[in-house]
Amino acid sequence: MATAAGKPRLAVFKFASCDGCQLTLLDCEEQLLSVADALEIAYFPEATRADLKGRYDLALVEGSITTEHDAQRIHEVRRRSRTLITIGACATAGGIQALRNFANVRAYAAAVYAHPEYVRTLATSTAIADHVTVDFELRGCPVNKQQLLEVISAFLIGRRPVTPPHSVCLECKLSGNVCVMVARGTACLGPVTHAGCGALCPAYERGCYGCYGPMETPNSVSLSRRLRAVGLDEQVLKRIYRTFNAAAPAFREESERHGG
Amino acid sequence: MESAPLAAITLGGLQALFDELKNQGYRVVGPVVRDGAIVYDDIGAVSELPRGWKDEQDGGHYRLVRRSNDARFGYAVGPHSWKKYLHPPLQPLWRARREDDRMSVEPERAVPERFAFIGVRACELRAIAVQDRVLLGGAHADLHYQARRNGAFIVALNCSQAGGTCFCVSMNAGPKVDSGFDLALTEIAEGGEPLYIVAAGSEAGRKLLSALPHREAQSQEVAAAAAIVARTAASMGREMQADDVKELLQHNLDHPRWDEVAERCLACGNCTMVCPTCFCTSVQDSSDLAGLEFSRSRRWDSCFTSDFSYIHGGSVRTSTRSRYRQWITHKLASWFDQFGSSGCVGCGRCITWCPVGIDIAEEVRAIRESERPSAAEPSGESAAGGITPVKQR
Ligand code: SF4
Ligand code: SF4
Ligand code: SF4
Ligand code: SF4
Repeated sequence: MATAAGKPRLAVFKFASCDGCQLTLLDCEEQLLSVADALEIAYFPEATRADLKGRYDLALVEGSITTEHDAQRIHEVRRRSRTLITIGACATAGGIQALRNFANVRAYAAAVYAHPEYVRTLATSTAIADHVTVDFELRGCPVNKQQLLEVISAFLIGRRPVTPPHSVCLECKLSGNVCVMVARGTACLGPVTHAGCGALCPAYERGCYGCYGPMETPNSVSLSRRLRAVGLDEQVLKRIYRTFNAAAPAFREESERHGG
Repeated sequence: MESAPLAAITLGGLQALFDELKNQGYRVVGPVVRDGAIVYDDIGAVSELPRGWKDEQDGGHYRLVRRSNDARFGYAVGPHSWKKYLHPPLQPLWRARREDDRMSVEPERAVPERFAFIGVRACELRAIAVQDRVLLGGAHADLHYQARRNGAFIVALNCSQAGGTCFCVSMNAGPKVDSGFDLALTEIAEGGEPLYIVAAGSEAGRKLLSALPHREAQSQEVAAAAAIVARTAASMGREMQADDVKELLQHNLDHPRWDEVAERCLACGNCTMVCPTCFCTSVQDSSDLAGLEFSRSRRWDSCFTSDFSYIHGGSVRTSTRSRYRQWITHKLASWFDQFGSSGCVGCGRCITWCPVGIDIAEEVRAIRESERPSAAEPSGESAAGGITPVKQR
């Protein structure tokens, strides 16, 4: 992977997002030095000051596309990057800000801002892959630190990252948790949610909120039937699929089936 | 063995058993209450046993409820099985290191660990025997499994309570333990402090029993113990006609019921994770950032994931229909061709811990009844059948 200069050049880009996924990289503490050893950190405004110039071997992209300017900028990022990996729910599914996709952005802007005419924004928040070719998507809100390191390590050596797309339930059982849905009657999105967090919430007796978006073959119709039959009303069903991955097709379609 | 007189021990005797096992270097694991269920964990004292609890089980439903006596083993099986110790979810296989241009590979040594399992049910003994056949039989024994299995001391338990999803009687796997144990207990809990009727099933078991404070069981105690197991056998929560199930399923590979169950099935894999005989794993590799350290490990996998059937070019089983069919036909049919027995011991875990309550016994019945049009009656239970309300988060 090494370039003429020696180490592969890393760039971290931010679009519409909260910075949480980038901060996950800074949060890698002891491994951060190894990252800096293995890669030349060429562009990472959150960590260093540098300008966008030249080409990058690995671009990590956080955030979704919500403005005309960003819709242009992502093409520039793509042009400069050999491998482009999107990180987090915003970049892979449009994020929580994709709730606008279900509403009228103008009306919202008018309600919030004194001078909505200065707000230049698109009507939707969309995933990076809706705009440019993406080489790999890392899910999560925010992404999991270990998975982020796994993706970078895999990139460096040229192998496929181990980030299985099956349900959270599998991880839940691997860690020996007691299922909160079966044993407590707590609503859980684990069966339709992509693994990656290690079943964090069920380990603390909470249902899964779906931070990693839809799993590989989500059967949310069946899960919703189960949740409805046992007490969740239509409004709640609509809402539980509309969080950080509201615009991921499987969750969007399921939320649209409920609550009018 | 059968003819040797049975012994009786009190809770004090049971504690002495735990202590003695610990003295002999065993890691004692048994049932404890945790997070609303009875799970298996390290245990030191009889006071940690689930005193006065029983479980209420149905498709997609499990609740602990109080029982009227102080039984310590008055529950059926929970979400864990002993495979978490013998065939753990994650097993490192080797590590490698690169130094200059040399690569050294170090296989993970099989570490013998001596477990003492407390309260192993008849279906679970059968499940261990099934995994023995899979992982130790044939030309290539799994050394990691072997290292744990060989040293295990098994304290079995005759069930005094059938669970709502149990059908070991149908699978001829319980509720009475017959072989494969070192000691076997029957708990008599009516009338105050429980009493344990003990049978030894091995030389190690006999020796250990002789070191415990015990007396010979009286004939009415032996009769009471037998009556308890008989009552359990008569109160199974489920049943499955199993004699011809292999042929039944193998003749119905295109049955419309597979489509029907696929509409409900989440392909979440919970059933395979909780099943005490499912053994499938996948291998995963890792490398560090510097490209100097590498490792390979294996972890439980499930025929419900797409990677499971991935071969060059894609996944072979792309539909949930084909995955559910793989699971049930492997368990109940092709397991016979592969390992000479059924892969199902009737423990009911896959029914209870399926989030939508899909019921292996019900699926078999539905296919069977469709073959007998006279007896036909719609058997498709609603997905949420028998499930109690869910709290909102
Ligand atoms: S708690 Fe949620 S994630 Fe865990 S097994 Fe149950 S349904 Fe799946
Ligand atoms: S298939 Fe179900 S009932 Fe049969 S052994 Fe496995 S978990 Fe138990
Ligand atoms: S049923 Fe599936 S997971 Fe279980 S042993 Fe068979 S192939 Fe493996
Ligand atoms: S049968 Fe139930 S537990 Fe098994 S994969 Fe389907 S939904 Fe999950």
